[in-house]
Amino acid sequence: MSDKTETVARLSVFKTYKLYVGGKFPRSESGRVYEVSDQKDKWLANAPLASRKDARDAVVAARKAFGAWSGATAYNRGQILYRVAEMLEGRREQFVREVAEAEGLSKSKAAAQVDAAIDRWVWYAGWTDKIAQVVGGGNPVAGPFFNLSSPEPTGVVAVLAPQESSFLGLVSVIAPVIATGNTAIVIASEKSPLPALSLGEVLATSDLPGGVVNVLSGRTAEIAAPLAAHQDVNAIDLTGADETLATELEVAAADNLKRVLRPQPVDNAGWSADPGTGRMTAFLETKTVWHPTGSLGASGSAY
Amino acid sequence: MASASASAFEYAPAPESRSVVDIAPSYGLFIDGEFTEAADGKVFKTVSPSTEEVLSEVAQAGAEDVERAVKAARKAFASWSALPGSERAKYLFRIARIIQERSRELAVLETLDNGKPIKETRDADLPLVAAHFFYYAGWADKLGHAGYGANPRPLGVAGQVIPWNFPLLMLAWKIAPALATGNTVVLKPAETTPLSALFFADICRQAGLPKGVVNILPGYGDAGAALVAHPDVNKVAFTGSTAVGKEIARTVAGTHKKVTLELGGKGANIVFDDAPIDQAVEGIVNGIFFNQGQVCCAGSRLLVQESIEEELLDSLKRRLSTLRLGDPLDKNTDIGAINSAEQLARITSLVDAGQAEGAERWSPACELPSSGYWFAPTLFTQVTQAHRIARDEIFGPVLSVLTFRTPDEAVAKANNTPYGLSAGIWTEKGSRILAVANKLRAGVIWSNTFNKFDPTSPFGGYKESGFGREGGRHGLEAYLDV
Amino acid sequence: MPTAPTAHALTDVTSSDSSLRRFLHGLPGVDAVGLEARAASLGTRSIKTTAKAYAIDLAISMVDLTTLEGADTPGKVRALGAKAVHPDPTDRTTPATAAVCVYPDMVPAAKEAVAGSTVKVASVATAFPAGRAALDVKLADVRDAVSAGADEIDMVIDRGAFLAGHYLKVHDEITAVKEACGGSARLKVIFETGELSTYDNIRRASWLGMLAGADFIKTSTGKVAVNATPANTLLMLEAVRDFRAQTGVQVGVKPAGGIRTSKDAIKFLVLVNETVGEDWLDNHWFRFGASSLLNDLLMQRQKLATGRYSGPDYVTVD
Repeated sequence: MSDKTETVARLSVFKTYKLYVGGKFPRSESGRVYEVSDQKDKWLANAPLASRKDARDAVVAARKAFGAWSGATAYNRGQILYRVAEMLEGRREQFVREVAEAEGLSKSKAAAQVDAAIDRWVWYAGWTDKIAQVVGGGNPVAGPFFNLSSPEPTGVVAVLAPQESSFLGLVSVIAPVIATGNTAIVIASEKSPLPALSLGEVLATSDLPGGVVNVLSGRTAEIAAPLAAHQDVNAIDLTGADETLATELEVAAADNLKRVLRPQPVDNAGWSADPGTGRMTAFLETKTVWHPTGSLGASGSAY
Repeated sequence: MASASASAFEYAPAPESRSVVDIAPSYGLFIDGEFTEAADGKVFKTVSPSTEEVLSEVAQAGAEDVERAVKAARKAFASWSALPGSERAKYLFRIARIIQERSRELAVLETLDNGKPIKETRDADLPLVAAHFFYYAGWADKLGHAGYGANPRPLGVAGQVIPWNFPLLMLAWKIAPALATGNTVVLKPAETTPLSALFFADICRQAGLPKGVVNILPGYGDAGAALVAHPDVNKVAFTGSTAVGKEIARTVAGTHKKVTLELGGKGANIVFDDAPIDQAVEGIVNGIFFNQGQVCCAGSRLLVQESIEEELLDSLKRRLSTLRLGDPLDKNTDIGAINSAEQLARITSLVDAGQAEGAERWSPACELPSSGYWFAPTLFTQVTQAHRIARDEIFGPVLSVLTFRTPDEAVAKANNTPYGLSAGIWTEKGSRILAVANKLRAGVIWSNTFNKFDPTSPFGGYKESGFGREGGRHGLEAYLDV
Repeated sequence: MPTAPTAHALTDVTSSDSSLRRFLHGLPGVDAVGLEARAASLGTRSIKTTAKAYAIDLAISMVDLTTLEGADTPGKVRALGAKAVHPDPTDRTTPATAAVCVYPDMVPAAKEAVAGSTVKVASVATAFPAGRAALDVKLADVRDAVSAGADEIDMVIDRGAFLAGHYLKVHDEITAVKEACGGSARLKVIFETGELSTYDNIRRASWLGMLAGADFIKTSTGKVAVNATPANTLLMLEAVRDFRAQTGVQVGVKPAGGIRTSKDAIKFLVLVNETVGEDWLDNHWFRFGASSLLNDLLMQRQKLATGRYSGPDYVTVD
């Protein structure tokens, strides 16, 4: 048989990119999208244009998730973060493509970014049950008291993901926030939100409870403003804000004394450096417990 | 015991399937990534302590094999220690995951080879083993944060000798921190329980671990002694008896070898009159009957405040009558077999001494299986500090009950031993817990609980219970040049 | 079994509010982690084959088949009664349940439905489930149910009074209700453990209830977020065990609410077996307050008999 049937190129199926809020994938409450293009202005997809109300819903979801996530054992959180790395490894090719398109990188450079991002999940997976051992500890107070300081997550953290590094940078700001038990509302890179929206799909299948990470796409300034002012948000990471916006948001955040992580100079150095512990400790509280120890008896030891 | 009484609600046998694990008729030594026969061709048999059935025939390492294994480990050390920590971490995470995946198989294997109940291997040993690898995996790329300087270095080749009471867990306690810090390993499992370590070798293979990083040498004390004495071993880690620990300390004298020893114990479980009684009873039972009492940190001395002695002993005896002794593979078994005929003989002789010295012996009605090594849960009252059963480590399901009147006296009696591994304190009064804990000379103090283990928590003894800590951030120090 | 509560050794402790408080607060404390660990550990018992068959039939015989809805009608209660008498119409070897449990106004319908069988009629009373009514009203509620023929009364304690530390008030109320039961009806005292909140409180309430003459102590109404749990039931079993050791009086235990599967029910029976033993393995001394549990037990029973998994179409919906 040598039929000369014309081979028709198969028409691919486009993906509808959606927000990730409370473990579900809603479209924006606004019903609107915006065009996402690659570095050469070629259209890639439409991304949801999240509104203030999406931000509000995300805070509700993050708050709801906080109790169980912060109450989970550090070991359990570590297992789940490691699971994220496992799931990402399996979807490596997809992310390499998305990162290459988003950031205009060669395939090999994009692959290096994705590999580093996977390893970053592994790095933070290992921190969940160690950070308390590094930043907490017993204090030798001058008196008959047991005195122990332990770190605790601060609560719901709004995260402005870096604008340039759409994936490695994104992972580098999300993972340290949730590793210690906080829950997060992440505003994806405005220009390159697709890797962040795809990450939501990975998180949803990594045993991470819904609401621990919530991903919004849209105009960073528009979404960040209500989050910075929100009375039920405990902290804000301003990495993805320019200088003017960062200042505005920090002022708004002062209203309920949110913990603020200002944009760091290192942020645009490619995110390849050893992350250290700073991004975790920025969103930790230290709790110190006193308890009397006393002596064995009222009249000293007879032995 | 429940199995012997005519209770209306008699549990039918609920055996875990033995077929989940394939045991080969013979095993070699694991050296440089390969299974190999012993240089002198020697083998030994490993038996199931609950039935005396031969499980497999295992190559028996000798001095020449130690030489080969240390050489392989030395060769592997250069590239293993040069790997970025994040890469070493990923190997250890792989191992942890494979252990989780194969934990049912490993639990059955461990129960067969050791004699401990499947309930324990399934719910305690295996989860702790996987968790230990997870925990130290995470340290591999964070050593600069551990408080030992910016760039602490590994020591080299670690020679590790482990006991038979928690074969795979002790392997994890030894291998996980050693590999995380960049050392390579030659490990000798106990002669009565070599199988899970040999299965672990297969896990290393599945994980793609470079050859020579982990070497396993089943064998007897002579192989252990040769390993400890080997000049190219930089680090010695031993868990076992205090007598052997002292021998090792003598062997390494005058060398540059770093040593950690985790030895015997005679833990005091102190129960005050304001204790949560029902939970204290559970804690006492768990403290001395977990793993048939073959636990170095067992709460083998019960120190009970005189005012509640009678009430507590009544409750304790009632509770002991519900323990189920028998087939370790039955999911409802609480008390399994003693690990070996030798250990059973040791327990028996100490118990006989206890009776001869005048202590009062009690056991619940209890039928022992006809084959295998068994010892009924046993409680001694009227025990004094002078009795051998109050001083010697029995390493069996035997509890010595002593009394005290005041916290001072409790602390004095608890500390009145050459050992210092563990202790328990039962009281609802927080300040008493802390005051007593402050005075106890023991490395691990459990309050209102007992026999709790966690990879994040350092474990190890005072005095003749050994030195060095395993577990936690502290456990890294033993494998770093600090 | 001696049942006259006044005959026991602890009469003195109820002589005043302060002596009662001293006694209850002098009970040994409960360590929550240890209690829950023990309950969970017993929950890993593996009950197979003959033991499972025994346990399922025992559990069926211990069910207080319950309907406590505003929408209850005599028709609904009649259906429930028929189910209690013959839980599995296709298999007459299936034991009857212990009782049906209904609101007081449904007692006549329930009595009629179970007439001639071993099934008892239990009625909740005392302004169930909140218990927020004057004592007169509560007693009238009880007398109403008893005169309509209730064999058992499930009363709720005044949790507000308990939490405020008015133990004697709670005690006296139970005593009054017991008297209103008139010697014919057995009294189950519901603590609503989910509202008492702490295990120390549950132990105190257990002793309080037993001192006041409860025939049964019962965890919950089934109307709050946390109902029967293995841990709170274990704690109550320890209390009845210790109470009998001190007084010679045996008291029953009834976990209620939230027990929906055979697996759960069997875990509770293991708790009974290994905490208080066979003296309580009888529906005179242990009950399950449940509704959907029964059908799951029946499906499991069918599975054991046939080797096939059963489905909801093969048990009756009532």
